[in-house]
Amino acid sequence: MDIELMQRVLPFFMEAAVVTIEVSALSLVLGLAMAALAASAKLSGFVPIRWLGNAYVSLFRGTPCLIQLFLLYFGGPQVGVNLEPFAAGVIGLGLNIGAYMAESVRGAVLAVDRGQAEAARTIGFSRSQTMRYVLLPQAARLMIRPLGVNTIALIKGSALISAISVIEITYTAQRFISSTYKPFEIFAIAAVLYMVIIYVVARAVDFLDRRFAIA
Amino acid sequence: MGLDFSVLPPYAELLGVGLWWTIVLTVSAGIVSFVMGILFAVTVLYAPAVIAYPVRFFIWLFMGTPLLLQLFLIYYGLVQIGIDLPALVAGIVGLGLHFAVYNGDIIRAGIAAVDPGQTEGARSIGFGRWQALRYVVIPQAVRNTTPAVGNMMIALLKESSLVSVIGIAELVHASQLAISETYRPFEFYIAAAALYYLANLILEAGLNMIEKRVEASR
Repeated sequence: MDIELMQRVLPFFMEAAVVTIEVSALSLVLGLAMAALAASAKLSGFVPIRWLGNAYVSLFRGTPCLIQLFLLYFGGPQVGVNLEPFAAGVIGLGLNIGAYMAESVRGAVLAVDRGQAEAARTIGFSRSQTMRYVLLPQAARLMIRPLGVNTIALIKGSALISAISVIEITYTAQRFISSTYKPFEIFAIAAVLYMVIIYVVARAVDFLDRRFAIA
Repeated sequence: MGLDFSVLPPYAELLGVGLWWTIVLTVSAGIVSFVMGILFAVTVLYAPAVIAYPVRFFIWLFMGTPLLLQLFLIYYGLVQIGIDLPALVAGIVGLGLHFAVYNGDIIRAGIAAVDPGQTEGARSIGFGRWQALRYVVIPQAVRNTTPAVGNMMIALLKESSLVSVIGIAELVHASQLAISETYRPFEFYIAAAALYYLANLILEAGLNMIEKRVEASR
């Protein structure tokens, strides 16, 4: 172990970790918004809307995230979409994880006992009222864990934006591995940073899950 | 600069070869990840602590870090300790180990879920510990976990795109080659995405068939 080297590169990694956290947080917000839209589209009674939701989820889950990022960043300018690497990373990761999160949201809504929806409709709630006042409050609890799993996948997946030259943890690791020829030391730093970020998120998910558990 | 998909046909063969290597990578890494997954599961559950703990540490490390970082470590790191793997082998090892960790976790849960009476029954009719595991418990565990392991294979097909960064000439890499000659990223990445989507559909259909077989064999 070359401790001196590790001390020298550490400040660069701390800056990179901030970028990883920023990108992950912003794509999480976009992903959750997309998931809410897509899940309601997939559960909608209106067929064209449902079809749109299905297409989004199927296309983004059926192709590699890396291709989606490349298409957005390198292919975007051809259709008039010029994005900085950071923005392309956030939008690409957000759209991708949104498709996975949509399935977590939909799964949670479908997991609520059928009788709940039937009873709500029987006493005169409309479809949207049933969703808003009966199904969603109960489903919210059930989606905390799956959405937490999606979020952790998003943090690890954010490594991909190193390929469109966003200077985050993996980009920094790659740069120092090729310039110092000390792959194990560099990997150790990067691994610790990812593990700490993921650990904090996992604890937060545990907390939320307990906080909203049925006593 | 508008879109012009007529740039694609001259590169059909290049993309086809790329797709072929994506399939080769997915199948080889899939086999590695399945076999290693069973090994990880058995080690974590039954091996003595001196072996089980290092394996658990490795699993913990690989679950908490991105695949891309692991690929860099394997490709550039092993050279440092004198193991110079060709890119293709490094790619198969990296993808295989990454998914073995997840398959191992799934299969471990599957083994734990097999009724203890199965082991007791096998032992009482004269099976040894390993025989009971090998012929009675593991086959049932693998059967119960087929859908979850199948999902990992679908993820593996998509994640195999990452090995393009260590220079393996699979579908993404082939597209990049074509783009460097034509400057048409949009058209070629759309084409690559379509090929992945198609391969994904075929893989899903295949996995559904396997799942039905496995269901029927109970």
